[in-house]
Amino acid sequence: MDKQNKFSRRRFITLSLVATGGMCLLSRCVNPPLSSWRFLTGQESVLLDALVEQIIPADEWPGGRDAGVTNFIDKQLVGPYTRYQESYRKGLHAIQETCKTKFQKQFENLSWEEQTQFLKKMEAGKMEGKAWKKGFDREFFELIRNHAMQGFYGSPRHGGNKNNVSYKMMALDYPVIIGQNRYKK
Amino acid sequence: MGNKHVNAIIVGAGAGGGVVAKELSVAGLSVVLFERGGWATYDDTDTDELISQRTTVLGNAYGPDDQRYRRVMANPDGSTKIVLPSEGGYSNNAACVGSGTVSYGAMAWRYMEEDFKLKTTYGPIEGSTLEDWPITYEDLEPCYEKAEWELGVAGDDSLNPFAAPRRKPQPMPPFSHNREAQMLHDAALRLGFHPFPIPMLRNSVPYGGRPACYRMRTCVGFACPVNAKAGTHNTVIPVALQSGNCELRTNTVVSEIIVNEQGKITGVTYFDEKNRKQVQTADLIIISASATETARLLLNSKSKFFPKGIGNDNGWVGRNLQGHAYTGAYGIFDEEVYDDLGPGASVAICDFNHHNKGIMGGGLLANEFIRMPYLFSNIRPPGAARWGAEHKLFQRLNFKKVAQVAGPYQEIPNFEARVEVDPNVVDFWGIPVVRLSGSRHEKDVEGCKLMSEKAELWLKEAGAVYTWQSVGGKGLSGGQHQAGTCRMGNDPKTSVTDKYGRIHAVPNLFVADGSLHVNNGGFNPALTIMALGYRVGGYIASEWLKGNRFK
Ligand SMILES: Cc1cc2nc3c(=O)[nH]c(=O)nc-3n(C[C@H](O)[C@H](O)[C@H](O)COP(=O)(O)OP(=O)(O)OC[C@H]3O[C@@H](n4cnc5c(N)ncnc54)[C@H](O)[C@@H]3O)c2cc1C
Repeated sequence: MDKQNKFSRRRFITLSLVATGGMCLLSRCVNPPLSSWRFLTGQESVLLDALVEQIIPADEWPGGRDAGVTNFIDKQLVGPYTRYQESYRKGLHAIQETCKTKFQKQFENLSWEEQTQFLKKMEAGKMEGKAWKKGFDREFFELIRNHAMQGFYGSPRHGGNKNNVSYKMMALDYPVIIGQNRYKK
Repeated sequence: MGNKHVNAIIVGAGAGGGVVAKELSVAGLSVVLFERGGWATYDDTDTDELISQRTTVLGNAYGPDDQRYRRVMANPDGSTKIVLPSEGGYSNNAACVGSGTVSYGAMAWRYMEEDFKLKTTYGPIEGSTLEDWPITYEDLEPCYEKAEWELGVAGDDSLNPFAAPRRKPQPMPPFSHNREAQMLHDAALRLGFHPFPIPMLRNSVPYGGRPACYRMRTCVGFACPVNAKAGTHNTVIPVALQSGNCELRTNTVVSEIIVNEQGKITGVTYFDEKNRKQVQTADLIIISASATETARLLLNSKSKFFPKGIGNDNGWVGRNLQGHAYTGAYGIFDEEVYDDLGPGASVAICDFNHHNKGIMGGGLLANEFIRMPYLFSNIRPPGAARWGAEHKLFQRLNFKKVAQVAGPYQEIPNFEARVEVDPNVVDFWGIPVVRLSGSRHEKDVEGCKLMSEKAELWLKEAGAVYTWQSVGGKGLSGGQHQAGTCRMGNDPKTSVTDKYGRIHAVPNLFVADGSLHVNNGGFNPALTIMALGYRVGGYIASEWLKGNRFK
C-alpha cells in the first residue's frame, strides 16, 4: 500500500466517526455509536452505572460501577435473565421519564442525595405515575438491588466482581486453594 | 430396536434410588436405573456461588435446567404462576446421578424413636393428618446402620444423650470443631445443653477408597472436589454398576408407567437422551424420583384401571407435602469467629427435639455451613440497611463476625399442602408438570418461635453482642427436604404404600424415596431416605431370592 492510501483510510475512519456522531444529534438516534453492550443501550448503561453505584457505593473499596456490575447485569440479560429484559427496558425508561418530569434532568445528573431519596421512594413503593402502577416501583427496585448484589458479591466469571474486589474487601482468599489438608486430629 | 426386558426398573438415581439399585443388582436382579440428569462433577461450576445448589439465581449447578423444566405455583387466591427451577417457588432438590447427595451438606441424621409415632406421642392435632409410621425406629435401625457403613458416616452419637439406641457406632471419628463451633460447644455446656458433633456423610479419615476431607469452604451447594463427601453417586451406584447387573441410563426422562389390558404394570415409557420416546419393560418398578416428581409420575399414569393415577384411588398421592421450616437466630460477635475451616456446621444439640411444652416435636439446632458472600448480603438484622454505604460496610466488617444457629423444625403434616399435575402446562417433552399448592400448618410458627428463642439464647451465651431471630414456618414447604407425598401406612384408605413401600393393591410397583415419610423428623432427611432405600430394596431382594416374582 502506498502512503497516500493509508492516510486516506485513516482519514475516512475519523470522518465517519464524526459523521455518525453528527447524525445522532440530528435524528432521534437512541443508540450512541459503538455501544459494546449486549442488551443495554449506551444511555441505559450510564443510568444503570449510576443505579448500581447507589446500591453499592465506592468507599475505600470500589463501588458497583467500577466492579463491573453493569456488565454483569447486561451479560445476564442475554443469558439466564433474558426473562427480565422487558422489566429493565420499561423500568429504566420509567426512571428517566420520572426524573425528567420532576427534575428536568436525567437520573445520573441528579445529586447523590437526590438519587438516594429517589431510590428510597422506589423501594418503599411510593412512586407516582402510570409507569409505576401495580407495585412495579418496588418490584423493579428489588430486581436491581438483588442483581447488583449478585454482580458485586458473586463469581467474577459472570462479568462483575472485577479483580475479585468483594472477596478482597471481605478478606477472603480467592481462588479457594485446593490441596491443603488442614484436618487436625 | 426394542429394549431387553429386565427384572427391575428404578426411576431416579438419587438418595433412595441409588441405594435400591445397589441392593437389587448385587442380589442378582437385572436392573435399569433411569436418571433424567447426567454425571455431575465439581469442575462444572467450580466454586461459583451464583450457580450452586444453594443459591441458584443463575441456575442449578446440579439440575434441573431452566430451559426444559417448569412448574406451576397455585396461590391461595386461586391465581397461578409458572416457576422455573432456579426460582425459589419451584421447590427444587436436584437432577443428576446422586441428585441432592452430590451437593448436599451431608448431615447424616437418624430420626428419633418418637418420630415414628408422633400420633401416639402428641395425640391427634386439629387440621393435621398426623399419624404413626407403620414401622418403628427399631425396624429401621439395621437399615440406618447399613447406610452409615456402606456410604460412610463420621460421628459419635454416644455424645448425644437424646439419640435413639444403636447397635454399632458410626464408622468414622467425628469432625473437629472450627472456632465458631468450639465457642458454641462451650457455651452449650455452660447452659446445661448437650452439644455433640454433627454426624456427616463425609470422610473425616480415608474411607471407602476415598480420601479424607481437607476442609475448604464450599461444602454445601457444591460437589466435593476431592470426593470426601459420600453420596450415592460415589458409593452405592458404582457398586451397582460393578455388579454387571445394573445399566444406568442418564439423561432419560420417564414419562409414564405402563398398564396393560389386564390392569398389570408392565414397564415405563421414557424419552431417551435424544428425546425419542421409548419403552422399557420389567417385572417390577421402583419409583425414586423425589417427593414431588414421584407423585407427578404416579398422577400422570392414568388408565381405565387407574383413572385418577396409580395408587391414587383415595386421593392421597401428592398430599402431605413437607419439607422443613428452617428457624433460628444470628449473632454478631466482637471478634472474628470465622476461621475458614469447612464444612462449618459441626456442633448440634437435640435438647429441643421433642418434649417441648405446648408444641409438637421440635428439631435439632446447629451452627451453619460456611456462608458465601452473596448469601451473606441478604443477612442483616431487622431495620439494617439493605443497600448503600451502610450495607456495604456491614458486609466488610461483619462477614467474619456473624454466626448462625438454626435447625429444621419438624412440620405438622398438612393434607392441603400438595402436589398435583397441572391441567395446562407441560414441560419440554410434553409431560404435564407439577402444580404446588397449600401451605404449612398454622401451628408450625409456634414451634419455630420456641426454637429461635433457644438459638438466640445459645448465641448470647457464646458471647454474641447483638442477636436477632429469623423465624420460619409460613408458606408452602418442600424444596431440598421434600417428603411425605406417598405416605406409607397399614390402612390403604389413608396411605399410598404399605410398610415395604409397595403401592397398595399393586403387587409389582414400589416407592423408595422421601415420598414415603409419614412425617419428616426434626432432622435433615437424607440418611432416613437411604435407610428406607435399604428397607425397600432389601425386602424386594430377599423376596426375589425366595422365588417371589411380585405377580
Ligand atoms: C444444597 C442441599 C443441601 C442439602 N443438605 C442436606 C443435609 O445436610 N442432610 C440431609 O439429610 N439432606 C440434605 N439435603 C437433602 C437431600 O439431598 C435430599 O433429602 C435427598 O436427596 C432426597 O432423596 P430422594 O431419593 O427422595 O430424592 P432425590 O435424591 O432428589 O432423587 C430423585 C432423583 O430422581 C430423578 N428423577 C426425577 N424424576 C425423574 C424422571 N421422570 N425420570 C428420570 N429420573 C427422574 C432426579 O433427577 C433425581 O436424581 C440437601 C439438599 C441440597 C440440594
